[in-house]
Amino acid sequence: MIALPADPMLPRLFDVLKVKRELADTFTLELKSDGGGFGFQAGQFNMLYAFGAGEVPISISGDPGKPGTLVHTIRAVGAVTEAMGRLKPGDTLGVRGPYGTPWPVEQAFGDDLVIVAGGVGLAPLRPAIYQALANREKFGRVSILYGARSPEDILFRKELEQWRGRFDLEVLVTVDRVSGNWGGNVGVVTKLVAKAGFDPMDTTAFVCGPEVMMRFAVDSLEKRGVSTDKIHVSMERNMKCGLGVCGHCQWGPHFVCRDGPVFHFDEIAGLFSVREL
Amino acid sequence: MAPNIGSKVILDRSGLDRLIADLRGRGYRVIGPVLADSAVIYDEIQSAADLPAGCRDDSEAGTYRLDQTGEPWLFGYTLGVQGWKRHLYPPRQRLFRAERGERGFRLLDDQEVEAPLALLGVRACELAAIQVLDGVFDHEGFTEPGYLRRRQNAFIVAVECGHAAATCFCASADTGPAVGQGYDLRLNEIAGQGNWLFVAEAGSEKGLAVLAELPSRPASPDQIAAAAAQPQQAASQQSRQLKDDAARVLAVSTESPYWDKVAERCLTCGNCTMVCPTCFCTSVEDVTDLAGDIAERWRRWDSCFTLDYSYIHGGNVRSKAASRYRQWITHKLATWHHQFGRSGCVGCGRCIAWCPVGIDITAEVRALADAERGR
Amino acid sequence: MVQIDDLGRIIDEHPFFRGIDAKLRALLVGCAANERVEAGKYLFRQGAPADSFYLVRHGSLAIETHAPGRPVITVESVGEGEIIGWSWLVAPYRWTFDARAVTLLRVLSFDATCLRGKMDADPVLGYEVLRRFVPVMGQRLAATRLQLLDLYGKQKG
Repeated sequence: MIALPADPMLPRLFDVLKVKRELADTFTLELKSDGGGFGFQAGQFNMLYAFGAGEVPISISGDPGKPGTLVHTIRAVGAVTEAMGRLKPGDTLGVRGPYGTPWPVEQAFGDDLVIVAGGVGLAPLRPAIYQALANREKFGRVSILYGARSPEDILFRKELEQWRGRFDLEVLVTVDRVSGNWGGNVGVVTKLVAKAGFDPMDTTAFVCGPEVMMRFAVDSLEKRGVSTDKIHVSMERNMKCGLGVCGHCQWGPHFVCRDGPVFHFDEIAGLFSVREL
Repeated sequence: MAPNIGSKVILDRSGLDRLIADLRGRGYRVIGPVLADSAVIYDEIQSAADLPAGCRDDSEAGTYRLDQTGEPWLFGYTLGVQGWKRHLYPPRQRLFRAERGERGFRLLDDQEVEAPLALLGVRACELAAIQVLDGVFDHEGFTEPGYLRRRQNAFIVAVECGHAAATCFCASADTGPAVGQGYDLRLNEIAGQGNWLFVAEAGSEKGLAVLAELPSRPASPDQIAAAAAQPQQAASQQSRQLKDDAARVLAVSTESPYWDKVAERCLTCGNCTMVCPTCFCTSVEDVTDLAGDIAERWRRWDSCFTLDYSYIHGGNVRSKAASRYRQWITHKLATWHHQFGRSGCVGCGRCIAWCPVGIDITAEVRALADAERGR
Repeated sequence: MVQIDDLGRIIDEHPFFRGIDAKLRALLVGCAANERVEAGKYLFRQGAPADSFYLVRHGSLAIETHAPGRPVITVESVGEGEIIGWSWLVAPYRWTFDARAVTLLRVLSFDATCLRGKMDADPVLGYEVLRRFVPVMGQRLAATRLQLLDLYGKQKG
């Protein structure tokens, strides 16, 4: 008889250190555990449990090089995430993870790196951006292409502005709709793909955002000549266990929680266009 | 003479009683077939008197009825309504309890200790189903400790089928009717010509230890032959067949217009998933006491036929019945291979019998294949 | 005064006309002129005659419209390397939006009457110009459809 492992459905308890309001409905929690740090890879997610309210999958938005604290950026869209929005420093949050596949940052060394993000999809990509910047010399050009709904919905705005101030980084931001003062781009994020300065022959692309946006973004990348075996996307499905055992996040043969969320586009090209799969 | 693993001995009726008593004496909770609401279900039994004597089930697409034959068979039925999953992976399991503190909350360590299970009357397809679940709950570095604990501690008494229901198709699913490996004890119930006895065989050391304590005598060549003939007869009675190339058919049928045809009949009630011995999907529910001081998380069986199952922010991925039926059958027969290296269907036929509109998984695969060829 | 040669070079270097045949380019040069627009000024106004189109050489502009009681609505922004204006191709040749310079804008403008005349007279030129316009129109249409989906908005659920 083999020794049974600890129950993977039991969360580890973390204290809320800081709450940062990002947007009207989006906030970032910085968490710390007595039990030490939290190692993870860019692109992975955790199951976060709010006492009595429930558990939701949330990608990690912090720096993988700083595992001392755990950072999650959460958009309040339901009862559980709204309960998380009411947390204050000192409160407790249950954490299970990290789960899922990472952005293959190291595999992209030697290439130009293009990050295409839409809306709150920038959050799961931020750890990859941190990691790329920590290894900046290992890449050719690095471009961050970000689309948001409106100027008021631009996530991590200060950081994007800082990044844009660097000489070794191209940051293009566009918004879908504007009324009033905005000197920046208006239009969908896919337009930025045509503008960005990267060499499609040697480019790795990471794409995260709503599914329709990702389909079009991949399409624009392909049109520019980026090879589909160098495009990676992060999928969203109804992850409930994170372990490939509750069934909810199935997408074709994949458990998105275990085989994803980050997929090599080639793996899933055939699934991407199937409705209601 | 004490029996060895693989040697066949005879237990008579009192021997079966002794077996149940012995298992109970060893601390097992013995689960076996019992009669409830005009159906055979698997529940706790105290003695052989609890078994459904003389019952025979008659299943067809959308139909299940239990007849009283007056014959002495204790295992004359083919299958219980639900499989053993109900006991190895119960429909509701508490994951944890947590208590609100002054600041935050803490987890309470108060999981109950469960008695080990002895499963009496496991059919070949059901043993295969348990092995399918073993693959689900222990794969690629992931293990589900609750299931594994129950499974490791379980004592399995398999009983081979001597006849098949009309919904059975285990022979074509390659899981039965002969009971292969993985049992502790295997029984064949032989009745007729004034005889009524069990041919018994141990399949493990654990089984041998139990069998050695029971009053038994070596089986005669005739008795051994009678036992061996049972699964052959059950196989010959099966008319339904699952196509060999079911996985391929489903792999190429993703966009088949035929799904809309199934959806015209499918009520998306989820019965098939509730009676399927390998469907493993669960959801988690959160409950709190009225004061909000104690919170619990419960895992409960879920079904891919519910709308909520595929919910993501903004809506449900599979809004149409056609998409949900496609998900279920494709997963069961095709993508299961990718995930767990085998089919998720063991050919028990429960989904056929318990579908209120009689949708037949074997017929749907054939129809999809026909639709595919017709294009 | 900008020389004809310079206009030809600008046409050559702009992505929109990249690789165009020298003979056709010479025809284009005859209708082209360099312009600059100060930030905040309009390149054209909704409803006005669409008598030109523009290659954006430098800077960016906003395609705008307005509605009573609402701040100005920006539909799309257009920048360096892109073109602006295709109302000149469709009768009755009136602009359907406002175009306002967001930054200092340098454009190469083409006189619509001049160009339409040459395109009518020389179908090879006509085809070449339309062939380059259609993908731009297609991309703008696809982008507009995507925008309409309000991808990042909170959905009812």
